Amino acid sequence: MTDTVMPAAASPMHRAIAKLIANRGALVGLTIIVIIGAVALLAPYLPIQNPNATSWSAIRKAPSLAHLLGTDELGHDLLARMIWGARASLAAGLVSVTLAITVGMPLGIVAGYLGGWIDLVISRVSEAFMAMPFLIMAIALSAFLGPSLTNSMIAIALSALPIFVRLTRAQAQAIKTEDYIEGARSIGLGPVAIMTRYIFPNVLPPILVQATLTVATAIIAEASLSFLGLGQQPPWPSWGSMLNVAKNFLDQAPWMAIWPGTAIFLVVVAFNLVGDGLRDALDPRSN
Amino acid sequence: MTQTVANANAPVLRVEGLTTSFRIDGRWTPVVRDLSFEVRAGETMAIVGESGSGKSVTSLSIMRLLAARSSRIEGSVQLAGRELTTLSDKEMVSVRGRDIGMIFQEPMTSLNPIFTVGRQISESLVRHRNLSQREARAETLRLLDRVRIPDAQSRIDAYPHQFSGGMRQRVMIAMALASKPKLLIADEPTTALDVTIQGQILDLIKDLQAEETMGVLFITHDMGVVAEIADRTLVMRRGVAVEQGETAEIFHHARHPYTRALLAALPRLGEMRGTSGPRPLPIIDPDTGVAMPSGSVSETVDKSQSPILAVRDLVTRFPVFGGIFGQQVGTVHAVEGVSFELAQGETLALVGESGCGKSTTGRSVARLIQPTSGFVGLDGYDVLRLKPLDLRRLRRSVQMIFQDPFSSLNPRMTVGASVAEPITTHKLAGSREARDKAADLLERVGLHASMMNRYPHEFSGGQRQRIAIARALALDPKVIIADESVSALDVSIKAQVCNLLMELQESLKIAFLFISHDMAIVERISHRVAVMYLGEIVEIGPRDAVFSNPQHPYTQRLLAAVPVADPARRGIRRDGGERELTSPIRPLDYVPPKRTYRTVGDRHFVQNEG
Repeated sequence: MTDTVMPAAASPMHRAIAKLIANRGALVGLTIIVIIGAVALLAPYLPIQNPNATSWSAIRKAPSLAHLLGTDELGHDLLARMIWGARASLAAGLVSVTLAITVGMPLGIVAGYLGGWIDLVISRVSEAFMAMPFLIMAIALSAFLGPSLTNSMIAIALSALPIFVRLTRAQAQAIKTEDYIEGARSIGLGPVAIMTRYIFPNVLPPILVQATLTVATAIIAEASLSFLGLGQQPPWPSWGSMLNVAKNFLDQAPWMAIWPGTAIFLVVVAFNLVGDGLRDALDPRSN
Repeated sequence: MTQTVANANAPVLRVEGLTTSFRIDGRWTPVVRDLSFEVRAGETMAIVGESGSGKSVTSLSIMRLLAARSSRIEGSVQLAGRELTTLSDKEMVSVRGRDIGMIFQEPMTSLNPIFTVGRQISESLVRHRNLSQREARAETLRLLDRVRIPDAQSRIDAYPHQFSGGMRQRVMIAMALASKPKLLIADEPTTALDVTIQGQILDLIKDLQAEETMGVLFITHDMGVVAEIADRTLVMRRGVAVEQGETAEIFHHARHPYTRALLAALPRLGEMRGTSGPRPLPIIDPDTGVAMPSGSVSETVDKSQSPILAVRDLVTRFPVFGGIFGQQVGTVHAVEGVSFELAQGETLALVGESGCGKSTTGRSVARLIQPTSGFVGLDGYDVLRLKPLDLRRLRRSVQMIFQDPFSSLNPRMTVGASVAEPITTHKLAGSREARDKAADLLERVGLHASMMNRYPHEFSGGQRQRIAIARALALDPKVIIADESVSALDVSIKAQVCNLLMELQESLKIAFLFISHDMAIVERISHRVAVMYLGEIVEIGPRDAVFSNPQHPYTQRLLAAVPVADPARRGIRRDGGERELTSPIRPLDYVPPKRTYRTVGDRHFVQNEG
């Protein structure tokens, strides 16, 4: 027998994180997310103007020293609104996906591991949900729930839910056939312990990958909902609602559209980069 | 290529100074170092080695099938005088399949499932030998006949899934032979096959070679197979050839300690004749050649007490669904009327080929699957009638060890946590005590307690199997069901783990239900043997009686098929025939016949046929 030279306690998670950081694209994505996230979190303490303060003397002004990113049709400072808007956009992305995972993963694990009629019910319902396009579904739900940021997050979460149920279920079914699951049964573990201690940690990696990619989709969905007036309500800004207003002034004040458009693009690309990096880092074949 | 082999003794393949390196973390690391050998026409050369020895990399280097970016080949590879390492990729493509034929381990995945086997073979004939479609079909038929596929005329238009594993391997061989290659590379061609099928394929390769002048490069980990088939043998370890020469010479006068270690660890069928009870395998240090003391185990079977495990008329069936509406169309009679007893401290081996129901029997006994009917008495429990809560208590009496050490541990749990888990699950001790016990158990199976905080991926296959054993021991079970627990291990590791099991039995008086297809290991480790065929026990008795006086035709066939690690017996054919296991799937209205057994010796029973 040969002793392995690996340092002790290199858990699979530690290795994945080390590999993620070694991936240049993922590192760039992660940096963008951290910077935008930090700025959004610190918005109340930053030396910026009140995002909801209007000024009749500064309507649709191009970027200048007084207003670094310019102003909109009501004289709001766009820099302040971009920063406060980031809160809405990031929150919509993260909260809705977290919600979708916390509900979707347990459902998927139960369906995949237990099978039988429980699986039948969960699978059929989630398939019915999946038959509808993601965005159409989110729009319909949030119109039904009433226009507000919270409701639009719930709507996005519900629309993203079936993906996580399906993915988790498929993973759980695959892991269920591993010997260590039978080993767990043979030491007398019950289904709940097996699902939480054995299935859950082993289905988590692909779910995390899917989650980062879905955050990007959710941010676009929130932007779309706000664009349609179903998301963040005035006077509070979100990138989507800012775009909604900007479309009326594309000729006169193109910067009103450029900033939120660029920001959405950047964040979506960043999450996709991290998602791709995570996928590679968690892939056991690339070890 | 126009030149032909003038001299039957001219080397077909000459490898000189072959060094293959892989790029690992940006550094070129040699995995095969300075390898030189020859394969002559009409000769079989075996490369034998354990996992990681570089034997498969060698064959892939010869074929130039390694990824160009991450691998580098140095040295010279000459096929009938033609240098292969300097050929362009395009030229190499025409060498593969035409001048070198290749058969692989996995006959299930190496045929294209969407074409008939006839089409796949004739395609290569049309391409490599410029035959017309009609000629190709006639030649394909002839090839299928030559690889002894029964009724080739009607099988030629069948699809791969309609063939069994052994028959698919025959098709693969026919395909490899289609272009009359100068060299046939066989990479573990029988490893995935059952032992009786393996015997048939080995016979076939021997026959074919007698008819042809091609050279065969046979890659395997199995010394028994080497003794059967190879004229000359090359032993590889860690990328280096440690010894090569005539096979008989290697077997009888091995010079290198590693070769001696490999041979010593190889159990030989029949060497336990006249003895009862298990005996540890001799283990030789592969670096020094010094034999380690293995000794013998004392009598462990306690016949005075009633059996710890009693199984009567066990039946396990699974429904088969099919048709448009997914209705039940048949039943798999996986286990049918199985009865046996196991005493404290005894090892009963359950042997048979894949699909014979031996694993299902083990799982039914532990009630990991729900049997259809029968009685299982284990340590005072009526296993099949236990309520869920009592079933949990049963787990303390019976534990399992599985085959694949790479999937039998939760990859996201530390080894210490895995071993301690059964103890905390059954609330037998607090978490600190459980950890202490886990540390003891790891020491007990030959690992260090300091390895507790590591994860399974940091261990080798043999070490992982030791961890699985430690975990199984955590609850102090009376019975351990070992399902092919040593089958996936290298020969020297296998011997160590087998010895560990015997040692544990001696000190803890554990009863083992040892499920295996490996007759040579079974002969070493078991007190009694039960032979299963199509879900039924056809013969059961004391180990020596079953091995030296097999009564049932299937037992005889099974024993005859085991490769004999004695080169002197090479060339001896089995009476074989192209038998296949028939399927245990029966129509819905099937009523299993009532079986009777006759007594042929002391506790030795054989099923009456018919």
